[in-house]
Amino acid sequence: MNISEMTALEIGAAIKEGKLTATEAAEQVLDAAEKGNDKVNAYITICREQALKRAAEVQKKIESGELTSPLAGVPFSVKDNICTKGIKTSCASKILGDFAPVYNATVIQKLEDAGAVIIGKLNMDEFAMGSTSETSYYGAVKNPWDLNRVPGGSSGGSAAAVAGNMAAVTLGSDTGGSIRQPASYCGVTGFKPTYGTVSRYGLIAYASSLDQIGPVARDAADCAAVMDIISGKDSMDGTSLEMDYPSYLASLTGDIKGMKIGMPKECYSNSGLNAEVAGKTKAAAKVLEEAGAVVEEISLPFLDYVIPAYYIIAAAEASSNLSRFDGVKYGFRSENYSGLNDLYCASRSEGFGKEVKKRILLGTFVLSSGYYDAYYRKALKVKSVIKKQFDEIFSGYDLILCPVAPTTAPEIGKSLSDPMAMYLSDIFTVSVNIAGLPGISVPCGKDSSGMPVGVQLIGPALGDVNVLNAAFAYQQRTDYHKQFTEVQ
Amino acid sequence: MTITKEIVEYAAALSRLKLDDAETEDMQKQMSAIVDYMDVLNKLDTENVEPLSHVFSISNVMREDEVVPSYDREALLDNAPERNEECFVVPKTVE
Amino acid sequence: MKWEVVMGLEVHVELATKTKIFCSCTTEFGGEPNTHCCPVCTGMPGTLPVFNRQVLEYAVRAGLALNCDITRYNKFDRKNYFYPDLPKAYQISQLYLPFAQNGHVDLKLKSGKTSQIRIHEIHMEEDAGKLVHSAYDDSTYLDYNRCGIPLIEIVSEPDFREAEEVTAYLSKLKSVFEYLGISDCRMEEGSMRADVNLSVRPEGSTEFGTRTEMKNINSLRAIERAIAYESKRQIELIEDGGKVVQETRRWDDAKGESYAMRSKENAQDYRYFPEPDIPPLSISEEEIQHYIDITPEFADAKAERFMKDFGLSEEDADIIAASKNLAYIFEETVKLCDSPSEVRFWIMSQVLYYANEKNLDLEKLSISPEKFAEFVKFITGGKVTRQAGKQVFEQLMFGGTDFDVAAYIKENELEAVEDTGLIDSTVKAVIDANPKAVEQYKGGGTKIMGFFVGQVMKQLKGKADPAAVNKAVLDALEKL
Repeated sequence: MNISEMTALEIGAAIKEGKLTATEAAEQVLDAAEKGNDKVNAYITICREQALKRAAEVQKKIESGELTSPLAGVPFSVKDNICTKGIKTSCASKILGDFAPVYNATVIQKLEDAGAVIIGKLNMDEFAMGSTSETSYYGAVKNPWDLNRVPGGSSGGSAAAVAGNMAAVTLGSDTGGSIRQPASYCGVTGFKPTYGTVSRYGLIAYASSLDQIGPVARDAADCAAVMDIISGKDSMDGTSLEMDYPSYLASLTGDIKGMKIGMPKECYSNSGLNAEVAGKTKAAAKVLEEAGAVVEEISLPFLDYVIPAYYIIAAAEASSNLSRFDGVKYGFRSENYSGLNDLYCASRSEGFGKEVKKRILLGTFVLSSGYYDAYYRKALKVKSVIKKQFDEIFSGYDLILCPVAPTTAPEIGKSLSDPMAMYLSDIFTVSVNIAGLPGISVPCGKDSSGMPVGVQLIGPALGDVNVLNAAFAYQQRTDYHKQFTEVQ
Repeated sequence: MTITKEIVEYAAALSRLKLDDAETEDMQKQMSAIVDYMDVLNKLDTENVEPLSHVFSISNVMREDEVVPSYDREALLDNAPERNEECFVVPKTVE
Repeated sequence: MKWEVVMGLEVHVELATKTKIFCSCTTEFGGEPNTHCCPVCTGMPGTLPVFNRQVLEYAVRAGLALNCDITRYNKFDRKNYFYPDLPKAYQISQLYLPFAQNGHVDLKLKSGKTSQIRIHEIHMEEDAGKLVHSAYDDSTYLDYNRCGIPLIEIVSEPDFREAEEVTAYLSKLKSVFEYLGISDCRMEEGSMRADVNLSVRPEGSTEFGTRTEMKNINSLRAIERAIAYESKRQIELIEDGGKVVQETRRWDDAKGESYAMRSKENAQDYRYFPEPDIPPLSISEEEIQHYIDITPEFADAKAERFMKDFGLSEEDADIIAASKNLAYIFEETVKLCDSPSEVRFWIMSQVLYYANEKNLDLEKLSISPEKFAEFVKFITGGKVTRQAGKQVFEQLMFGGTDFDVAAYIKENELEAVEDTGLIDSTVKAVIDANPKAVEQYKGGGTKIMGFFVGQVMKQLKGKADPAAVNKAVLDALEKL
């Protein structure tokens, strides 16, 4: 049975029905990953031996009835900023060297408990800082739809691996759009859950108040199935939410009759928005309307402020979070230093890439004496305004629909040459992180050059099920998520 | 707001980054561009707005005071660039 | 010119929780390096802090005991700086909303004077690790066992004018925290650490001089010496036309001097910002009321009561009440034997003697009130003399839990000699053996009386009633 174009749930069902073993599934994905990686560079580490050993164990447990999850036996690939015990976890940075964590991230533990088989660790922008997956110390990731284009970022490896049939389902992390935007560029489905619904324990922090782990998959149902496994209160994460978690997969009815969806006019009047992207996402709204949703124009008055507020908060937290990489406890230590302070400076200067250094400097600046109030404190006030305005919108609407990114995937090298333009391209995604909301990117067509376009659905805090259900309803009525590419 | 060379150097010193002259100049340019753009926030009146650090109003997330066995020392030291049998090792911090 | 010394204190106190402030590793003192550690307290990538409930209770109770306003809604902040004892390169502390503010501590000084020290704020934070400098090469070894031990930092206003206030303040903090059971406050082990900010100014001036901060002072004695040294240094510097430089100085107790610490590579700019990984803490009125309700009786009130109920002098009452353990032993023993003055006698003489002699922590003394009371009854009943009792008391203090008072007295034949015949014959023997002393006595040397009594007591191994021996000696000498 060839699983390359199957969803994770289909693979899980086939294994359960005995049409396929976990080992066969793992082998197929491993083969595809190894074969495609020369071109796509989606993986930093592929763990063939561990995966096959684990698949055999899982297969026995499935047969004995010990493992019953719909995703038991399914091959999983994980972004390389999520800690995997004994498996190199690099954040795509030189500074982590061959760091192998002594513990599993909570999401990894949960996946393993459910019988998932970890295939490998996925490439990304260094420390998740970037929108193109070009800043990796391990080289740029390529978009399987066009190897001259970026896959988006920072979870570029997560999206490219699914799009290139080099993974069945993956985990990414989203700090300012890092799941949704690459999903959009690669024509796959990427879900960023409400802040606090998925434990961050073991996610190497970029910006703690914005980071959230989520699935990148073939469709919304797979995302929901992954959420059933990875969500939940975690005693190791103080920001993890204590509540009754829904059954995400079981909640997908496809019924969205009467659902009120707002389309922000500011998004569509944005000068950077590509006309084809505008057209495809509006068409997506039409599909939802035909399915019974009520779509109306709304206003996002704060849109001008989201990028500065986001970069101030993210850079500030990053400057602190990345201070622990100092050449002392783990990872890379420079060979050229004299004395302790120089050890720090040399290791960090040689170990971090340019984009990371820039954000550390920026974050250090906005927190430094004399500038804190004007920048960091101001950004926290803007955050309050953004949250309040979202609350107002969601008092009248169930979801917001807008583009994920202003354009489709740019060519490799274009974005980094104009960093301001790259930052601005995050305009439709970052506010979701600032307000801690759930958001999904769903494929909704191709532009004239054949590159995928994604539409974004955003819900209120804890409105994850509604977001997934609307995406599910859309995918019941369209087949953009079933279009595949062959890595050339 | 202009990002001066001194600001870049100060931030670099605080964050333990060594920049050569060309890097300093480049960072100065790039940071200036971003910070200029950030100044758009000044257009938004936030006089009566309280800064929001935690987006959801959860509080008092606490654990019980119960000891869990510590990790194996060997495992914790295993990733260290320099170590001895018991400790992480750095160059002497005092003269 | 007369100078006034102005001081403020920053006191770090380790809270006696079982586990660290943000992870579940033990806080036990000692242990092999890096064996009380986990990925969280060693700052491994991806780890997150989760706050220990007990820390908040202990901290709030400390704040209430020091008469502070408790911040109902408080947060943690990150203090960013690079140093190898800080594995995350930031310390989780509280800057913007410390949990307690605006308190005060009342002090009673030896002269009988009282003084009040205002508390500016108290905040919670995590301790850093320990650096061990190699004796053999240019290496420093990092031991993270202490990383994440919960601390409160008590920041006073600059209200101290003399060293005695400082030591009285620290003793008071120690007493209060021991009564609350929230810290053992051992300066030698570093569970209580004081930094002294000190400046001098001409007497009568209202402006502050430039201050220095002295760190690494780990006993009350060292604090007195460090203050004396630094005051003298600053006054002499100014009188010689120099200027005090604002700096951090390290006290070297062995050399008896302080020296300026090398200024860090950069100016300190800690870039505090709200800790995003820890949601805020809110403290309810009910909780605060509950902590007020369970506040124990502190030393001052206890001393008053000991004076009133048991007739103790102010000095004795203060000393006994300052130690939670001593006060407990005293009060429980008195309950069982109803002889406060006798119990006081043994505590003030023997217990304090041994504590001082052996450098014992009063809080760690284990004396059974039941056995103490049994012992006191032997004394008050005239069955054992105080002289002989000292030997018994030493066993009572150090003989372990199996020590049996009555059996020990019997086995060692320590019962008082009530046989007047034995006393008389011993007196006679002593007089006969010391004709020279008898001559002295006859020549008007009445002071020699003591010698005879001493000799008799010695021969009777201290087991006779001194008054009876005195009388017997006097009678015998008069009869000569």
